[in-house]
Amino acid sequence: MTTTSAWNITLAKQGWYKRNEIAFTPWLFLVPGIVMFTIYVVFPIFQSFQISLFKWNGLGELGTHGEYVGLGNYEKLLTRDRSFNISLWNNLKWLIFYLVSIPAGLLIALFLNQAVRGIRLYKSLFFFPFVISQIVVGLVFTWFYDPQYGLFNGIIGFVGFEPINVLGDPSLATYGVIAAGVWPQTAFCMILYLTGLNSVDPEQVEAARLDGAKGMKMLWYVILPQLRPATFIAFVVTVIGSLRSFDLIAIMTNGGPFGSSRVLGFYMFEKSLSEYGFKMGYGAAIAVILFLIMMIFIGYFLWRTYQDEKAVNQ
Amino acid sequence: MFPKPIENSSRAWQLGYQAILPLVMLLWLAPLLAVALFSIRPDSDFLIGNYWGWPSSFEMIKNYGMVFGSAMPRYIMNSFMITIPTVIGAVALSCMTGFALGVYKFRGNLLIFFMFIAGNFVPFQILMVPVRDLTLDMGLYNTKTGLVLFHIAFQTGFCTLFMRNFIKALPYELIEAARIEGVAEWRIFWYVVLPLMKPAIAALSVLIFTFIWNDYFWAIVLTQGENTQPVTAGITSFNAQYRAMYHLMSAGSIIAALPPVLMFFLMQKHFIAGLTLGAVK
Repeated sequence: MTTTSAWNITLAKQGWYKRNEIAFTPWLFLVPGIVMFTIYVVFPIFQSFQISLFKWNGLGELGTHGEYVGLGNYEKLLTRDRSFNISLWNNLKWLIFYLVSIPAGLLIALFLNQAVRGIRLYKSLFFFPFVISQIVVGLVFTWFYDPQYGLFNGIIGFVGFEPINVLGDPSLATYGVIAAGVWPQTAFCMILYLTGLNSVDPEQVEAARLDGAKGMKMLWYVILPQLRPATFIAFVVTVIGSLRSFDLIAIMTNGGPFGSSRVLGFYMFEKSLSEYGFKMGYGAAIAVILFLIMMIFIGYFLWRTYQDEKAVNQ
Repeated sequence: MFPKPIENSSRAWQLGYQAILPLVMLLWLAPLLAVALFSIRPDSDFLIGNYWGWPSSFEMIKNYGMVFGSAMPRYIMNSFMITIPTVIGAVALSCMTGFALGVYKFRGNLLIFFMFIAGNFVPFQILMVPVRDLTLDMGLYNTKTGLVLFHIAFQTGFCTLFMRNFIKALPYELIEAARIEGVAEWRIFWYVVLPLMKPAIAALSVLIFTFIWNDYFWAIVLTQGENTQPVTAGITSFNAQYRAMYHLMSAGSIIAALPPVLMFFLMQKHFIAGLTLGAVK
């Protein structure tokens, strides 16, 4: 009690800044970050919404050189654009097959979670694909699939199959690209699970063992519940990564053959900045749709974070 | 420990495991090893169709020498000149935002925090047209500065998430003790909090280095040509120049991938600590 009143007296003696220091300081520290983030991230999101209502080739000011078309771009996208449909479906394929990385990562983590000699080096080497850029991953897999000299066809030829031109076949190209993406993503999930397995409570495992739990049962009822934080992060990052896919498609197929491996992110880029003319408004509309799809998952992540914060503050 | 420690099982199992380990690893890295093998072959091997056999000669020095004689070193320099300022800028900004959001309770704290998180997850494409316009308007199109400014701003989202959670986990009593002593708030940041953030700064730096080094999308949206483009974009022009010369394209890819790989091996502990923050509770 006495300390508080003494505290108040010292406060009263000090100047305005000193008295409001605690209220004021966080804003001083936030200003540079918020300014940068607003200019480069927050504003552009709203600008893209605005641009998506125009027909605009990117030259001159939007207000004077753009032609306002209302929801025209969206109407065209959703009713008359076959390429948009293909891209949207491919995004769905990405989303579903990319999730394979999570169980695959868990599997490798379980395989590597031993204490033998040199295991640290093995863990790093398994993680390798995540560290190199998607561009190099894309090149590596393009050559891997090559019908003439690729390792993939070398292997299936060895087993007795005819060579397959994975990236040249419209019905296979997307799956070929997704497989290349799953490779580094699995490595990422693996490292999350390895860290998670490290902190699994050994007493619970022992207790469950004494109760006769083992193998799959142990994994399902004892281990996986303890790995939930890792699974959550793996899920969010994998879903967002799948919807963001661009680099691999640009490098491996450039959207082809015949546009069969486009996704929204790639199609948008093609419409806005390519030899087919700069259709910025149309591109922005595609980006807005992709953004809205992703907002579902971002919202989910924020909601979960909010629940955690509430739990901590109570 | 799960699965059951291998040292508690039979000798045969243990030997089996040790034998399978390198095999599975070779299989896992096969696509990469194939490229490494290509990069030391002479070009004549490709003409005679010797893709998978023993190389007829080892041309490592010649092939990699060719890569270093091309525009490649230029692109790599550009990558460094883009990546390093971005790491410094993003880490500096997020130390401050993380401090503000992690230490102080004020209205709008969580809202601002959520803005940073949400922004960090948005698809690049929704930013593309406006950011390109903005960069053009500022006269920074096709400059490294333009690319760096954008990267700093965008990475601040992820970095703030990271730093704020790290600072939130520090013992709050330290800050309260300093306040009772009458230490000014900015001094608390500089002398109390910042020294404790060293592990977070290290982890984040390695992570951002890798992210930015590997960026391709913004490189092609905001820059063009060998004076400004980083190596991820440069490798495509390199490949166009040496079309169908697989030994050179392979060597080029390996060079382009090397810096983040070295970074990872040198700073492995920090890298993994950064990546898995939040995955364990």
